[in-house]
Amino acid sequence: MRTMRTAGLALAMAFAATVAGQAQAADDIKIGSFVSSTGVMGYMGDQEKKVLETYVERINKQGGVLGRPLKLIVYDDGTEAEKAASFTKRLIENDEVDVIIGGTGTPQTMAAVPQVERAQVPFISLAGGIVITDPVKPWVFKTPQSDKMAAEKVFGDMKKKGITKIALLSENIGFGKSGREQSLLAAPKYGIEIIADETYGPKDPDVTAQLTKIRGTAGVQALFVFGAGTGPAVVSKNIRQLGLTEPVYQSHGVASKDFLRLVGTAADGFRLPVDGLVVADQLSSSDPQKPVVVDLKNTFEGQYKTDVSTFAGHAYDALMMTVDAIKRAGGTDKAKVREQLEKTKGFIGTDGVYNMSPTDHMGLGLDAFHMVVIKNGDWVLSD
Amino acid sequence: MFAEFLQYMLSGITVGSIYALAGLGFAIIYNASHVINFAQGEFIMIGGMASSVLVAAGLPLWAAVILAVLLTMLVGLALEIFAIAPARDADVVTIIIITIGASIFLRGVAQLVWGKSPRSLPAFSGEEPINLFGAALARQSLWVIGVSLLLILLLGWFFNRTLFGKAMLATSYNRLAAQLMGIGVNKVLTLSFGMSAVLGAVGGIIVTPITFTSYEAGIMLGLKGFSAAVLGGLGNGAGAVAGGLLVGIAEALGAGYISSAYKDAFAFVIILFVLFFMPNGLFGKRSTERV
Repeated sequence: MRTMRTAGLALAMAFAATVAGQAQAADDIKIGSFVSSTGVMGYMGDQEKKVLETYVERINKQGGVLGRPLKLIVYDDGTEAEKAASFTKRLIENDEVDVIIGGTGTPQTMAAVPQVERAQVPFISLAGGIVITDPVKPWVFKTPQSDKMAAEKVFGDMKKKGITKIALLSENIGFGKSGREQSLLAAPKYGIEIIADETYGPKDPDVTAQLTKIRGTAGVQALFVFGAGTGPAVVSKNIRQLGLTEPVYQSHGVASKDFLRLVGTAADGFRLPVDGLVVADQLSSSDPQKPVVVDLKNTFEGQYKTDVSTFAGHAYDALMMTVDAIKRAGGTDKAKVREQLEKTKGFIGTDGVYNMSPTDHMGLGLDAFHMVVIKNGDWVLSD
Repeated sequence: MFAEFLQYMLSGITVGSIYALAGLGFAIIYNASHVINFAQGEFIMIGGMASSVLVAAGLPLWAAVILAVLLTMLVGLALEIFAIAPARDADVVTIIIITIGASIFLRGVAQLVWGKSPRSLPAFSGEEPINLFGAALARQSLWVIGVSLLLILLLGWFFNRTLFGKAMLATSYNRLAAQLMGIGVNKVLTLSFGMSAVLGAVGGIIVTPITFTSYEAGIMLGLKGFSAAVLGGLGNGAGAVAGGLLVGIAEALGAGYISSAYKDAFAFVIILFVLFFMPNGLFGKRSTERV
C-alpha cells in the first residue's frame, strides 16, 4: 500500500513537473539556428554562433522580448547540406522553434528551404547566393548582400574609371562559381565585356598558369577575382610574382582581416566592395549605420578578443530583424511574424539599410556596399 | 610564346614539387609495413601550423622549424604507440582505417588548439621573384624543389645503405623472418611513424609560404601527395617526385593551353592511364604473389 502511494505521489510530481516545464517552454521565444561552426565554412559559422549567443544573452538581461525570454537552440551542421537538412527537421519537429536563423552557406540554406516552406516557419538565411530569395519564397528571407550586388558594385566602379574589357578569375566551386554566373549576367548592363574567363580550385597552390593566360589575352584592362578563403590570397601573391600591372578588383569574399594577414602588402592597390561593419571606424559619424556597426564591433571584439568579420554582421542583422518583427507582430504567431518581416522598412543593420517587400526578401540596395582600396595591408574607404 | 610556355612549366614544376614533397612521406611507412598512412596529410599540416604559430609568437624561423619538426615527430610516435601498436596483429586494411580515424582526430585537435584561421609563413629568402627569360619564379619554389631532391637522396641512402633501412625493408617483406634474424620489428614500426612525421613536417613547413596552411590543409596535400606517390610507385622516393611533377605540369599546361575549367581532369586522366597500363606505378617494382 505504502509503495503504491509513493509511486502515485512520484507520478503526480512528475506530471506536475512536466506541466510546469511546458508552461515554461510556452513562455520562451524559441529561436532555432543551424550554422557551420566547423568544416570548410567554420571560420564564418563560428562568428555567427558567437554573435547569436552574445546578443540573445544581452536581450534576456534587458528583459527579453515582449516580456518573454529568448531561448536559443544552435546546431553545427559541419558545412554539410545533408546535416543542415536534418537539423532543420529537428528544429521544426522536436524543438518546435518559432523562427529559424541559419544556413551559413547557400547549399546549407537551400537544403533547409523545402522544409521551412512546408512547415511554414519564418526562416532568415545568412548566405549570399541569389537563388535563396530569387524567386521569392514566402517564408525565406536573407540578410547578406547577394553576389550579384557585389558584381554590380564592382562593375559600376569600373565603368566610372572607363574600364570596358576585363578578365574574370573565379573559384570553381560554391561562392566563386555563383559569383562567376552573376558576373557574366550583370556585366552587359554596365557595358563591360569579359574577354578572359578563367577558374581555379579553392586549394590550388599556384595559379600563375591562369594569370599568364590572362596576361596573354589582348585588351584586358582590369582583372576581377571572385573567391573566398585562401584562394584569393594565393592569387594575389601570384599577381605580384608575375608583375601584372592592370588594376585588380576582388569580391566581398575577402573582406576579412585573415585575408590581409595572409597577403601582407601583396594586395596593396586592389579594390573591393565591403559592408559597413568592415570599415566601422572609417564611416562618417553622420552615417546611420555608424552606431550599429561600432556597437557590434566593440561588443564582439571585447568579449572574444578576435576581429569581427562581416559574417558576424549577417547573424546580428538576422537576430535583430527577427526581434523587431516579433515586437511588431505582438507575439510569435508564425504567419504574423512572417508578415512583419516582409514589412520591414528602414531597418538599419550592419549589412546596410533593409527595406523588405513581397517581391524582395533581402531588402538591400547597392548602397549597402562601400568600395575600399587596400593600402599598406589595410582597407581604406574610397567611395 | 616561349615565355608563356616557360611560365606554364615553372607553374607546373612549383605545384608538382609541392605534390612530390607531400608524396615522399608515404614511402617510409609503406616500406616498413605496407600500410598507407592517411594521416600523412595531417603531419604536413601540423608541421606548417606549428611553425607559423611559433613564428607569429616571435620565435626566429630556425627555432620554429626545429620545434615544429620535433612536435610532429612526437605526434607520429604517439600515433604509432597508442593507436597502431595495439592493433599490430590486425590486417593492413584495418590499420589503414585506423590512420583515417587518426587523421580526423588530429584535424579536430588542431582546430581546437590553433583555431580556424588560415596562417602563413614569410618566404625563406624574400618575396622578390626570379626572372628567367620573361617568366617569373618564386624563390620559395626553389626551396621546395631543392628540399625534395635532397630528401630523395636521403631516402635512397637510408633504404639501400644503412642497416636500419635494410631492417625496415626486411620487416615489410617478411615480418616473422625479420624477427627471427634479430630485427626489433616493433621498434622498426614505431620509428617508421616518427620518421614519416618528420618528412611530412619538413614538407609542410617548406610549402606554407606558397600555399598557406590551416587545420584542414592536410586533406588536399595528403590526397595530391598520395596520387603522386601511387603514380610514381609507392615506396619509391624518385617515383613520388616524378609522379608529382607529372601531375603538376599536366595541370598547368592544361590550364594554360586548353581551359582552367578542366585542369583537374587532365591530372586524373593521366593517373588512370598510367595505372591502367602500369598498375605498380612508373617506378614501382612488380610484386609477385606466391601461391
